Amino acid sequence: MIRVQTADFSVPDEYQLISQDNSDGAVVTFVGKVRDFNDGSAVTDLTLEHYPGMTEAVLNQIEAQARERWPLNHVTIIHRVGKMALGEQIVFIGVTSAHRKAAFAACEFLIDFLKTKAPFWKLEAGEEGASWVEARDSDEQAADVWNKK
Amino acid sequence: MINVLFFAQVRELLGTASVKVEAGEHTQTAEGLRATLAATDDKWAKVMASDKLLVAVNQTISQWDTAVEDGDEVAFFPPVTGG
Repeated sequence: MIRVQTADFSVPDEYQLISQDNSDGAVVTFVGKVRDFNDGSAVTDLTLEHYPGMTEAVLNQIEAQARERWPLNHVTIIHRVGKMALGEQIVFIGVTSAHRKAAFAACEFLIDFLKTKAPFWKLEAGEEGASWVEARDSDEQAADVWNKK
Repeated sequence: MINVLFFAQVRELLGTASVKVEAGEHTQTAEGLRATLAATDDKWAKVMASDKLLVAVNQTISQWDTAVEDGDEVAFFPPVTGG
C-alpha cells in the first residue's frame, strides 16, 4: 500500500494492519523523522514538496522491484508532504515476510531507493532562513550497492 | 503543446511552476526543450545550465536525448531529497 499524505501516521495502527497473517514470521518497520541538525546548521522545521502522480508511480515501481527480489507479503510505504516540525515523522516503511532476512533487506532497499528515486524535495527552515537540502552522494552510493547485489 | 513543470529550487529560481511550450522542430528531445527554455532570458539560461538538473518525460526519469512529443508532460527538477 502506497500513501502520500499531509497528515501524520500512527505506527501502532500501521503495524496492526500488516501484522495479522500467521504465515509471516517477520515484520520490519522503519520511520524517518525531522532531525534537529543537518550539515552543521540548526533546523526548526521542514517543508516537503513532491511531484504528484510521478511520486506514486515511482513508489509503486520500487515496491514491485522489492517484491521481485524477496518473497514479501505486506508492503506499506507512507510519505508525508507539506510542513513538518522538528521531531515529526516523515516516512514509514513496513514489510512482512516469512523470514527476517527478506524483511530486513527489503525494508532497507525500499528506503534507499525511495531516497534516491522518488520525486520529493526538502526545504529546511532554520535561524538563518530556509534552504533546499542538497542530495547526498552517500545516499546515491547506498542505492547503488543494491544494483551490484 | 508540451506541458512543462518545475519543482523545488528550479521552480523557485524561475518563479513559476509550469509553462506551456509549442511543440516544434526545436523541442523534439528533452535537450531541445531545455535549450528552448534556456533561450528565454539570462535567468532561465542559468537555471537550465545546471549540471545537476534532472528531467522526467511523462513522469519517468529520462535522458537528455529522450524524445518529446506534442501533448507530453516534461518536468525539470533538482536531485531528489525525500525520505
